[in-house]
Amino acid sequence: MEFLRPQTWAEALAAKAELPGAVPIQGGTDVMVEINFDVRRPPALLDLTRVAELARWSAEPDGRLRVGAGVPYARVISELADRLPGLAQAARTVGSPQIRNRGTVGGNLGAASPAGDSHPPLLACGAVIEVESAARGVRAVPAEEFYLGVKRNALEPDELIKAFVTPVAGGPQYFSKVGTRNAMVIAVCSFCVALHPAERRAGTGIGSAAPVPLRALAAEEFLAAELDWAGTAPLAPALLTRFGELVGAAAAPIDDVRGTAAYRRHALSVLARRTLTWAWNDHRKAAERCA
Amino acid sequence: MEEDAKGRFSRRQVLAASTALAAATTVAPGGARPAAAGAAPEIVGPGEVRVALRVNGQVRETLVEPRVTLLDALREKLDLTGTKKGCDHGECGACTVLVDGVRVKSCLTLAIMREGAEITTIEGLADGSRLHPMQVAFLERDAFQCGFCTPGQILSAVGLLKEGRPRSRDEIREGMSGNLCRCSAYPNIVDAVADVAEVPR
Repeated sequence: MEFLRPQTWAEALAAKAELPGAVPIQGGTDVMVEINFDVRRPPALLDLTRVAELARWSAEPDGRLRVGAGVPYARVISELADRLPGLAQAARTVGSPQIRNRGTVGGNLGAASPAGDSHPPLLACGAVIEVESAARGVRAVPAEEFYLGVKRNALEPDELIKAFVTPVAGGPQYFSKVGTRNAMVIAVCSFCVALHPAERRAGTGIGSAAPVPLRALAAEEFLAAELDWAGTAPLAPALLTRFGELVGAAAAPIDDVRGTAAYRRHALSVLARRTLTWAWNDHRKAAERCA
Repeated sequence: MEEDAKGRFSRRQVLAASTALAAATTVAPGGARPAAAGAAPEIVGPGEVRVALRVNGQVRETLVEPRVTLLDALREKLDLTGTKKGCDHGECGACTVLVDGVRVKSCLTLAIMREGAEITTIEGLADGSRLHPMQVAFLERDAFQCGFCTPGQILSAVGLLKEGRPRSRDEIREGMSGNLCRCSAYPNIVDAVADVAEVPR
Protein backbone atom coordinates (compact mmCIF):
# COMPACT_ATOMS: atom_id res chain seq x y z
CA MET A 1 0.00 0.00 0.00
CA GLU A 2 1.38 3.34 -1.02
CA PHE A 3 0.94 6.40 1.11
CA LEU A 4 0.45 9.85 -0.40
CA ARG A 5 1.19 12.90 1.71
CA PRO A 6 -0.11 16.08 0.08
CA GLN A 7 0.71 19.29 1.90
CA THR A 8 -1.87 21.35 0.04
CA TRP A 9 -5.36 20.93 -1.39
CA ALA A 10 -3.97 21.32 -4.92
CA GLU A 11 -1.54 18.48 -4.29
CA ALA A 12 -4.34 16.34 -2.90
CA LEU A 13 -6.47 16.91 -6.00
CA ALA A 14 -3.53 16.15 -8.29
CA ALA A 15 -2.90 12.92 -6.41
CA LYS A 16 -6.54 11.85 -6.58
CA ALA A 17 -6.58 12.54 -10.33
CA GLU A 18 -3.47 10.46 -10.85
CA LEU A 19 -4.47 7.61 -8.54
CA PRO A 20 -8.28 7.48 -8.39
CA GLY A 21 -8.05 4.24 -6.39
CA ALA A 22 -6.35 6.07 -3.51
CA VAL A 23 -8.60 6.12 -0.44
CA PRO A 24 -8.67 9.46 1.38
CA ILE A 25 -7.94 9.25 5.10
CA GLN A 26 -8.58 12.01 7.63
CA GLY A 27 -9.70 10.91 11.11
CA GLY A 28 -9.24 7.28 10.13
CA THR A 29 -12.07 6.09 12.35
CA ASP A 30 -13.85 4.36 9.46
CA VAL A 31 -11.06 3.62 6.99
CA MET A 32 -8.75 2.08 9.58
CA VAL A 33 -11.31 -0.47 10.72
CA GLU A 34 -11.48 -1.87 7.20
CA ILE A 35 -7.70 -1.85 6.82
CA ASN A 36 -6.99 -3.51 10.18
CA PHE A 37 -9.40 -6.32 9.36
CA ASP A 38 -8.30 -6.60 5.73
CA VAL A 39 -11.85 -5.89 4.57
CA ARG A 40 -10.19 -3.78 1.95
CA ARG A 41 -6.65 -3.27 0.85
CA PRO A 42 -6.58 -0.06 -1.18
CA PRO A 43 -3.64 0.43 -3.54
CA ALA A 44 -2.93 3.74 -1.83
CA LEU A 45 -4.01 5.94 1.03
CA LEU A 46 -4.30 9.69 0.57
CA ASP A 47 -3.50 11.38 3.89
CA LEU A 48 -5.48 14.62 4.10
CA THR A 49 -4.46 15.54 7.64
CA ARG A 50 -1.75 17.95 6.49
CA VAL A 51 -4.11 19.97 4.28
CA ALA A 52 -4.71 22.82 6.71
CA GLU A 53 -7.69 24.40 4.96
CA LEU A 54 -9.81 21.27 5.41
CA ALA A 55 -9.69 21.79 9.17
CA ARG A 56 -11.22 25.29 9.02
CA TRP A 57 -14.76 26.62 9.01
CA SER A 58 -15.98 30.10 8.13
CA ALA A 59 -19.06 32.19 7.45
CA GLU A 60 -19.92 32.71 3.79
CA PRO A 61 -20.87 36.19 2.52
CA ASP A 62 -24.50 34.99 2.29
CA GLY A 63 -24.48 34.03 5.97
CA ARG A 64 -24.23 30.28 5.48
CA LEU A 65 -21.49 28.31 7.19
CA ARG A 66 -18.76 26.58 5.25
CA VAL A 67 -17.27 23.71 7.25
CA GLY A 68 -14.13 22.01 5.98
CA ALA A 69 -14.28 18.24 5.54
CA GLY A 70 -11.50 17.79 8.11
CA VAL A 71 -13.21 19.51 11.06
CA PRO A 72 -13.62 16.79 13.74
CA TYR A 73 -16.88 16.12 15.56
CA ALA A 74 -15.36 17.42 18.82
CA ARG A 75 -15.02 20.86 17.20
CA VAL A 76 -18.50 20.73 15.66
CA ILE A 77 -19.72 20.29 19.24
CA SER A 78 -17.49 22.87 20.91
CA GLU A 79 -17.49 25.54 18.20
CA LEU A 80 -20.68 25.19 16.16
CA ALA A 81 -23.38 23.93 18.54
CA ASP A 82 -25.10 27.34 18.65
CA ARG A 83 -25.30 27.69 14.87
CA LEU A 84 -25.73 24.04 13.87
CA PRO A 85 -27.56 22.50 16.85
CA GLY A 86 -28.94 19.48 14.98
CA LEU A 87 -25.54 18.51 13.64
CA ALA A 88 -23.90 19.10 17.03
CA GLN A 89 -26.46 16.85 18.71
CA ALA A 90 -25.76 14.15 16.15
CA ALA A 91 -22.01 14.65 16.62
CA ARG A 92 -22.39 14.04 20.38
CA THR A 93 -23.75 10.57 19.62
CA VAL A 94 -20.89 9.56 17.32
CA GLY A 95 -18.72 6.74 18.70
CA SER A 96 -16.94 7.82 21.86
CA PRO A 97 -14.95 10.89 22.94
CA GLN A 98 -11.79 9.46 21.36
CA ILE A 99 -13.62 8.86 18.07
CA ARG A 100 -15.13 12.37 18.15
CA ASN A 101 -11.65 13.85 18.58
CA ARG A 102 -10.61 12.39 15.22
CA GLY A 103 -13.70 11.53 13.15
CA THR A 104 -15.13 14.10 10.75
CA VAL A 105 -18.35 14.93 8.91
CA GLY A 106 -16.28 14.67 5.73
CA GLY A 107 -15.45 11.08 6.61
CA ASN A 108 -19.10 10.32 7.25
CA LEU A 109 -19.89 11.70 3.79
CA GLY A 110 -17.06 9.77 2.18
CA ALA A 111 -18.12 6.49 3.77
CA ALA A 112 -21.78 7.21 2.88
CA SER A 113 -23.08 4.58 5.28
CA PRO A 114 -26.85 4.91 5.60
CA ALA A 115 -26.26 4.80 9.38
CA GLY A 116 -23.88 7.79 9.47
CA ASP A 117 -25.02 10.22 12.16
CA SER A 118 -24.23 13.41 10.22
CA HIS A 119 -26.58 12.69 7.37
CA PRO A 120 -30.02 13.38 8.92
CA PRO A 121 -29.09 16.89 10.13
CA LEU A 122 -27.37 17.74 6.83
CA LEU A 123 -30.57 16.73 5.01
CA ALA A 124 -32.88 18.55 7.43
CA CYS A 125 -30.81 21.74 7.23
CA GLY A 126 -30.52 21.77 3.44
CA ALA A 127 -26.74 21.40 3.38
CA VAL A 128 -24.76 21.33 0.17
CA ILE A 129 -21.65 19.18 -0.23
CA GLU A 130 -18.71 20.82 -2.01
CA VAL A 131 -16.62 18.37 -3.99
CA GLU A 132 -13.68 19.21 -6.21
CA SER A 133 -11.47 17.68 -8.87
CA ALA A 134 -8.30 18.98 -10.48
CA ALA A 135 -9.86 18.67 -13.94
CA ARG A 136 -13.32 20.19 -13.40
CA GLY A 137 -13.06 22.32 -10.30
CA VAL A 138 -15.70 22.66 -7.59
CA ARG A 139 -19.14 21.07 -7.78
CA ALA A 140 -21.87 21.76 -5.21
CA VAL A 141 -24.07 18.72 -4.58
CA PRO A 142 -27.20 19.09 -2.40
CA ALA A 143 -27.08 16.55 0.44
CA GLU A 144 -30.19 14.77 -0.86
CA GLU A 145 -28.45 14.14 -4.19
CA PHE A 146 -25.18 13.07 -2.58
CA TYR A 147 -26.24 9.67 -1.24
CA LEU A 148 -26.68 7.18 -4.08
CA GLY A 149 -26.76 3.79 -2.34
CA VAL A 150 -25.36 1.78 0.56
CA LYS A 151 -21.84 3.19 0.96
CA ARG A 152 -22.08 4.89 -2.44
CA ASN A 153 -22.01 8.62 -2.94
CA ALA A 154 -21.98 11.10 -5.82
CA LEU A 155 -18.20 11.51 -5.86
CA GLU A 156 -16.47 10.91 -9.18
CA PRO A 157 -13.27 8.85 -8.90
CA ASP A 158 -11.05 11.92 -9.23
CA GLU A 159 -13.02 14.05 -6.76
CA LEU A 160 -12.47 14.80 -3.08
CA ILE A 161 -14.91 16.19 -0.51
CA LYS A 162 -13.84 19.71 0.37
CA ALA A 163 -16.53 21.03 2.70
CA PHE A 164 -20.22 21.24 3.38
CA VAL A 165 -22.11 24.50 3.26
CA THR A 166 -25.21 24.90 5.34
CA PRO A 167 -27.54 27.66 6.50
CA VAL A 168 -27.18 28.68 10.14
CA ALA A 169 -30.14 27.35 12.13
CA GLY A 170 -33.09 29.74 11.82
CA GLY A 171 -35.12 27.79 14.37
CA PRO A 172 -34.98 24.83 16.72
CA GLN A 173 -33.38 21.58 15.54
CA TYR A 174 -33.45 18.18 17.18
CA PHE A 175 -31.66 14.92 16.42
CA SER A 176 -32.50 11.61 18.00
CA LYS A 177 -31.10 8.13 17.56
CA VAL A 178 -31.95 4.61 18.70
CA GLY A 179 -29.14 2.31 19.82
CA THR A 180 -28.33 -0.31 22.40
CA ARG A 181 -26.19 1.94 24.59
CA ASN A 182 -25.11 5.53 24.81
CA ALA A 183 -21.69 5.15 23.19
CA MET A 184 -20.07 3.22 20.36
CA VAL A 185 -23.42 2.56 18.75
CA ILE A 186 -24.25 2.31 15.09
CA ALA A 187 -27.75 3.76 14.79
CA VAL A 188 -30.65 1.33 14.57
CA CYS A 189 -32.43 4.33 13.15
CA SER A 190 -32.09 8.08 13.56
CA PHE A 191 -34.07 11.20 12.77
CA CYS A 192 -33.54 14.95 12.63
CA VAL A 193 -36.07 17.74 12.34
CA ALA A 194 -35.14 21.37 11.67
CA LEU A 195 -37.71 24.15 11.86
CA HIS A 196 -37.24 26.96 9.37
CA PRO A 197 -39.77 29.54 10.70
CA ALA A 198 -38.72 32.26 8.23
CA GLU A 199 -39.69 29.93 5.37
CA ARG A 200 -42.66 28.50 7.30
CA ARG A 201 -41.51 24.96 6.76
CA ALA A 202 -39.59 22.17 8.45
CA GLY A 203 -36.81 19.96 7.12
CA THR A 204 -36.35 16.30 7.97
CA GLY A 205 -33.68 13.64 7.71
CA ILE A 206 -33.96 9.88 8.27
CA GLY A 207 -30.91 7.73 8.98
CA SER A 208 -30.27 3.99 9.01
CA ALA A 209 -33.72 3.06 7.72
CA ALA A 210 -33.22 2.90 3.94
CA PRO A 211 -30.31 2.20 1.56
CA VAL A 212 -29.57 5.92 1.73
CA PRO A 213 -30.21 8.68 4.26
CA LEU A 214 -33.30 10.52 3.04
CA ARG A 215 -35.81 13.28 3.68
CA ALA A 216 -39.40 12.47 4.59
CA LEU A 217 -40.85 14.69 1.85
CA ALA A 218 -44.54 13.93 2.43
CA ALA A 219 -44.06 14.62 6.14
CA GLU A 220 -42.38 17.95 5.32
CA GLU A 221 -45.26 18.94 3.00
CA PHE A 222 -47.73 17.98 5.69
CA LEU A 223 -46.02 20.23 8.24
CA ALA A 224 -45.74 23.12 5.80
CA ALA A 225 -49.51 22.92 5.30
CA GLU A 226 -50.57 22.27 8.89
CA LEU A 227 -48.25 24.14 11.28
CA ASP A 228 -49.59 27.44 12.61
CA TRP A 229 -46.35 29.41 12.68
CA ALA A 230 -47.93 32.52 14.20
CA GLY A 231 -49.66 30.56 16.96
CA THR A 232 -48.16 29.56 20.27
CA ALA A 233 -50.40 26.57 20.96
CA PRO A 234 -48.97 23.12 21.57
CA LEU A 235 -49.17 20.70 18.67
CA ALA A 236 -52.39 18.72 18.35
CA PRO A 237 -51.94 15.01 19.09
CA ALA A 238 -53.52 14.14 15.72
CA LEU A 239 -50.95 16.28 13.91
CA LEU A 240 -48.08 14.57 15.74
CA THR A 241 -49.50 11.13 15.03
CA ARG A 242 -49.90 11.86 11.34
CA PHE A 243 -46.37 13.32 11.15
CA GLY A 244 -44.98 10.18 12.80
CA GLU A 245 -46.86 7.97 10.35
CA LEU A 246 -45.58 9.91 7.36
CA VAL A 247 -41.99 9.74 8.59
CA GLY A 248 -42.30 5.98 9.20
CA ALA A 249 -43.81 5.55 5.75
CA ALA A 250 -40.95 7.46 4.10
CA ALA A 251 -38.41 4.91 5.33
CA ALA A 252 -37.50 1.75 3.44
CA PRO A 253 -35.87 -0.29 6.19
CA ILE A 254 -34.62 -3.87 6.22
CA ASP A 255 -34.38 -6.57 8.89
CA ASP A 256 -30.78 -6.90 10.04
CA VAL A 257 -28.67 -7.60 13.13
CA ARG A 258 -29.49 -4.23 14.64
CA GLY A 259 -33.28 -4.39 14.30
CA THR A 260 -36.24 -5.38 12.19
CA ALA A 261 -37.83 -3.26 9.50
CA ALA A 262 -41.09 -3.08 11.48
CA TYR A 263 -39.25 -1.94 14.62
CA ARG A 264 -37.39 0.73 12.67
CA ARG A 265 -40.59 2.16 11.18
CA HIS A 266 -42.22 2.20 14.59
CA ALA A 267 -39.18 3.75 16.29
CA LEU A 268 -38.89 6.41 13.57
CA SER A 269 -42.51 7.44 14.18
CA VAL A 270 -41.72 7.81 17.89
CA LEU A 271 -38.52 9.78 17.20
CA ALA A 272 -40.38 12.00 14.74
CA ARG A 273 -43.14 12.85 17.23
CA ARG A 274 -40.65 13.42 20.03
CA THR A 275 -38.22 15.63 18.13
CA LEU A 276 -41.03 17.70 16.57
CA THR A 277 -42.57 18.21 20.03
CA TRP A 278 -39.24 19.40 21.46
CA ALA A 279 -38.62 21.67 18.48
CA TRP A 280 -42.13 23.13 18.46
CA ASN A 281 -42.05 23.79 22.21
CA ASP A 282 -38.78 25.70 21.77
CA HIS A 283 -40.34 27.61 18.90
CA ARG A 284 -43.41 28.50 21.01
CA LYS A 285 -41.22 29.75 23.86
CA ALA A 286 -39.23 31.90 21.44
CA ALA A 287 -42.48 33.26 19.95
CA GLU A 288 -43.84 34.08 23.41
CA ARG A 289 -40.64 35.93 24.31
CA CYS A 290 -40.98 38.01 21.16
CA ALA A 291 -44.67 38.75 21.73
CA MET B 1 11.57 13.19 6.62
CA GLU B 2 13.51 15.00 3.96
CA GLU B 3 16.53 12.69 3.78
CA ASP B 4 17.44 10.91 0.57
CA ALA B 5 15.83 7.62 -0.23
CA LYS B 6 17.95 4.73 0.96
CA GLY B 7 17.57 1.08 1.79
CA ARG B 8 13.95 -0.03 1.53
CA PHE B 9 12.80 3.54 1.70
CA SER B 10 11.14 4.47 -1.58
CA ARG B 11 10.09 7.98 -2.52
CA ARG B 12 8.70 9.15 -5.79
CA GLN B 13 6.70 11.90 -7.31
CA VAL B 14 3.29 11.34 -8.82
CA LEU B 15 3.35 11.97 -12.52
CA ALA B 16 1.17 14.94 -13.15
CA ALA B 17 -2.07 14.11 -14.87
CA SER B 18 -2.16 16.82 -17.50
CA THR B 19 0.54 18.42 -19.55
CA ALA B 20 -0.28 21.78 -18.03
CA LEU B 21 0.21 20.31 -14.62
CA ALA B 22 3.36 18.55 -15.78
CA ALA B 23 4.78 21.80 -17.09
CA ALA B 24 4.22 23.42 -13.73
CA THR B 25 5.71 20.53 -11.84
CA THR B 26 9.34 19.58 -11.78
CA VAL B 27 10.40 16.61 -9.76
CA ALA B 28 11.90 18.05 -6.64
CA PRO B 29 15.36 16.67 -5.95
CA GLY B 30 16.04 14.81 -2.74
CA GLY B 31 12.36 14.56 -1.87
CA ALA B 32 12.06 18.28 -1.12
CA ARG B 33 8.51 19.53 -0.89
CA PRO B 34 7.07 20.68 -4.20
CA ALA B 35 6.14 24.32 -3.76
CA ALA B 36 3.90 25.18 -6.70
CA ALA B 37 0.14 24.88 -6.49
CA GLY B 38 -1.03 21.81 -8.34
CA ALA B 39 2.26 20.12 -7.71
CA ALA B 40 2.29 16.40 -7.06
CA PRO B 41 2.56 15.17 -3.50
CA GLU B 42 5.15 12.95 -1.90
CA ILE B 43 4.51 9.21 -2.12
CA VAL B 44 6.05 6.67 0.25
CA GLY B 45 5.68 2.90 0.56
CA PRO B 46 4.49 0.28 -0.06
CA GLY B 47 7.69 -1.02 1.59
CA GLU B 48 8.95 0.06 4.96
CA VAL B 49 9.35 3.75 5.53
CA ARG B 50 11.56 5.46 8.09
CA VAL B 51 9.31 7.21 10.57
CA ALA B 52 10.40 9.45 13.43
CA LEU B 53 7.91 9.37 16.29
CA ARG B 54 8.13 11.68 19.29
CA VAL B 55 7.02 9.43 22.13
CA ASN B 56 7.07 10.51 25.76
CA GLY B 57 9.44 13.35 24.93
CA GLN B 58 11.94 11.22 22.99
CA VAL B 59 12.27 11.07 19.20
CA ARG B 60 12.39 7.41 18.18
CA GLU B 61 13.07 6.36 14.59
CA THR B 62 11.80 3.11 13.20
CA LEU B 63 10.93 1.44 9.92
CA VAL B 64 7.26 0.69 9.34
CA GLU B 65 5.07 -0.06 6.36
CA PRO B 66 2.52 2.71 5.74
CA ARG B 67 -0.32 0.39 6.77
CA VAL B 68 1.06 -0.09 10.31
CA THR B 69 -1.05 1.49 13.04
CA LEU B 70 0.41 3.71 15.70
CA LEU B 71 -0.59 0.98 18.18
CA ASP B 72 1.43 -1.71 16.40
CA ALA B 73 4.39 0.62 15.92
CA LEU B 74 4.45 1.45 19.64
CA ARG B 75 4.18 -2.19 20.71
CA GLU B 76 6.10 -4.08 18.06
CA LYS B 77 8.71 -1.55 16.96
CA LEU B 78 9.33 0.60 20.01
CA ASP B 79 8.69 -2.09 22.66
CA LEU B 80 6.23 0.17 24.45
CA THR B 81 3.81 -2.61 25.34
CA GLY B 82 1.95 -0.65 28.00
CA THR B 83 -0.50 0.41 25.30
CA LYS B 84 -2.82 -2.56 24.86
CA LYS B 85 -4.45 -4.06 21.78
CA GLY B 86 -7.98 -5.14 22.59
CA CYS B 87 -10.31 -5.02 19.61
CA ASP B 88 -8.20 -3.26 16.94
CA HIS B 89 -11.24 -1.40 15.63
CA GLY B 90 -11.87 1.45 18.02
CA GLU B 91 -14.51 -0.16 20.21
CA CYS B 92 -12.69 -0.94 23.44
CA GLY B 93 -10.38 1.99 24.13
CA ALA B 94 -7.52 -0.15 25.51
CA CYS B 95 -5.15 1.45 23.00
CA THR B 96 -5.95 5.05 23.99
CA VAL B 97 -2.92 7.38 23.92
CA LEU B 98 -2.56 11.15 23.86
CA VAL B 99 -1.55 12.74 20.56
CA ASP B 100 -0.64 16.40 21.09
CA GLY B 101 -2.53 16.17 24.38
CA VAL B 102 -5.73 14.83 22.77
CA ARG B 103 -6.91 11.29 23.53
CA VAL B 104 -7.18 9.09 20.45
CA LYS B 105 -7.36 5.40 19.74
CA SER B 106 -3.94 4.37 18.49
CA CYS B 107 -5.43 1.44 16.52
CA LEU B 108 -7.34 3.90 14.32
CA THR B 109 -4.41 6.01 13.25
CA LEU B 110 -1.36 5.14 11.20
CA ALA B 111 2.09 5.59 12.69
CA ILE B 112 3.17 7.42 9.55
CA MET B 113 0.37 9.98 10.04
CA ARG B 114 1.60 10.93 13.51
CA GLU B 115 5.12 12.03 12.58
CA GLY B 116 5.86 15.31 14.29
CA ALA B 117 3.12 14.84 16.89
CA GLU B 118 3.81 14.53 20.63
CA ILE B 119 2.64 11.08 21.67
CA THR B 120 2.11 10.19 25.33
CA THR B 121 1.72 6.56 26.40
CA ILE B 122 1.27 5.08 29.86
CA GLU B 123 5.05 4.68 30.08
CA GLY B 124 5.48 8.44 29.83
CA LEU B 125 2.87 9.56 32.33
CA ALA B 126 4.87 9.32 35.54
CA ASP B 127 7.45 11.96 36.40
CA GLY B 128 10.42 9.73 37.04
CA SER B 129 9.46 7.55 40.00
CA ARG B 130 6.58 9.88 40.94
CA LEU B 131 3.32 8.53 39.54
CA HIS B 132 0.85 10.77 37.74
CA PRO B 133 -2.07 11.74 40.03
CA MET B 134 -4.43 9.66 37.87
CA GLN B 135 -2.20 6.60 38.31
CA VAL B 136 -2.19 7.19 42.07
CA ALA B 137 -5.98 7.52 42.11
CA PHE B 138 -6.44 4.26 40.17
CA LEU B 139 -4.22 2.50 42.72
CA GLU B 140 -5.94 4.06 45.73
CA ARG B 141 -9.42 3.30 44.41
CA ASP B 142 -8.49 -0.19 43.23
CA ALA B 143 -9.88 0.81 39.84
CA PHE B 144 -9.02 -2.43 38.05
CA GLN B 145 -9.04 -6.17 38.34
CA CYS B 146 -7.09 -7.78 35.51
CA GLY B 147 -5.55 -4.46 34.50
CA PHE B 148 -5.65 -4.96 30.74
CA CYS B 149 -7.84 -1.92 30.05
CA THR B 150 -6.10 0.21 32.70
CA PRO B 151 -3.48 2.02 30.58
CA GLY B 152 -6.22 3.05 28.15
CA GLN B 153 -8.55 4.02 30.99
CA ILE B 154 -5.87 6.18 32.62
CA LEU B 155 -4.84 7.93 29.38
CA SER B 156 -8.51 8.48 28.53
CA ALA B 157 -9.14 9.96 31.99
CA VAL B 158 -6.13 12.28 31.63
CA GLY B 159 -7.44 13.32 28.20
CA LEU B 160 -10.93 13.85 29.61
CA LEU B 161 -9.64 16.27 32.23
CA LYS B 162 -7.72 18.18 29.57
CA GLU B 163 -10.98 18.59 27.61
CA GLY B 164 -12.69 20.22 30.56
CA ARG B 165 -13.32 19.18 34.12
CA PRO B 166 -16.34 16.86 34.48
CA ARG B 167 -18.82 18.25 36.99
CA SER B 168 -20.58 15.06 38.02
CA ARG B 169 -20.20 11.31 38.10
CA ASP B 170 -22.60 11.11 35.16
CA GLU B 171 -20.30 13.37 33.16
CA ILE B 172 -17.36 11.14 34.08
CA ARG B 173 -19.27 8.06 32.91
CA GLU B 174 -20.20 9.81 29.67
CA GLY B 175 -16.64 11.05 29.19
CA MET B 176 -15.20 7.58 29.81
CA SER B 177 -17.72 5.82 27.55
CA GLY B 178 -15.07 5.00 24.96
CA ASN B 179 -13.24 2.65 27.34
CA LEU B 180 -14.58 -0.79 28.14
CA CYS B 181 -13.65 -2.82 31.22
CA ARG B 182 -14.63 -6.46 30.95
CA CYS B 183 -14.00 -6.95 34.68
CA SER B 184 -16.57 -4.19 35.16
CA ALA B 185 -14.52 -2.11 37.57
CA TYR B 186 -16.52 0.92 36.45
CA PRO B 187 -17.65 2.17 39.89
CA ASN B 188 -14.04 2.28 41.08
CA ILE B 189 -12.83 3.83 37.83
CA VAL B 190 -15.41 6.59 38.25
CA ASP B 191 -14.27 7.03 41.87
CA ALA B 192 -10.65 7.38 40.76
CA VAL B 193 -11.44 9.94 38.06
CA ALA B 194 -13.75 11.79 40.45
CA ASP B 195 -10.92 12.07 42.99
CA VAL B 196 -8.60 13.74 40.50
CA ALA B 197 -11.38 15.87 38.99
CA GLU B 198 -12.53 16.82 42.51
CA VAL B 199 -16.10 15.74 41.81
CA PRO B 200 -18.01 15.23 45.08
CA ARG B 201 -19.43 11.76 45.74
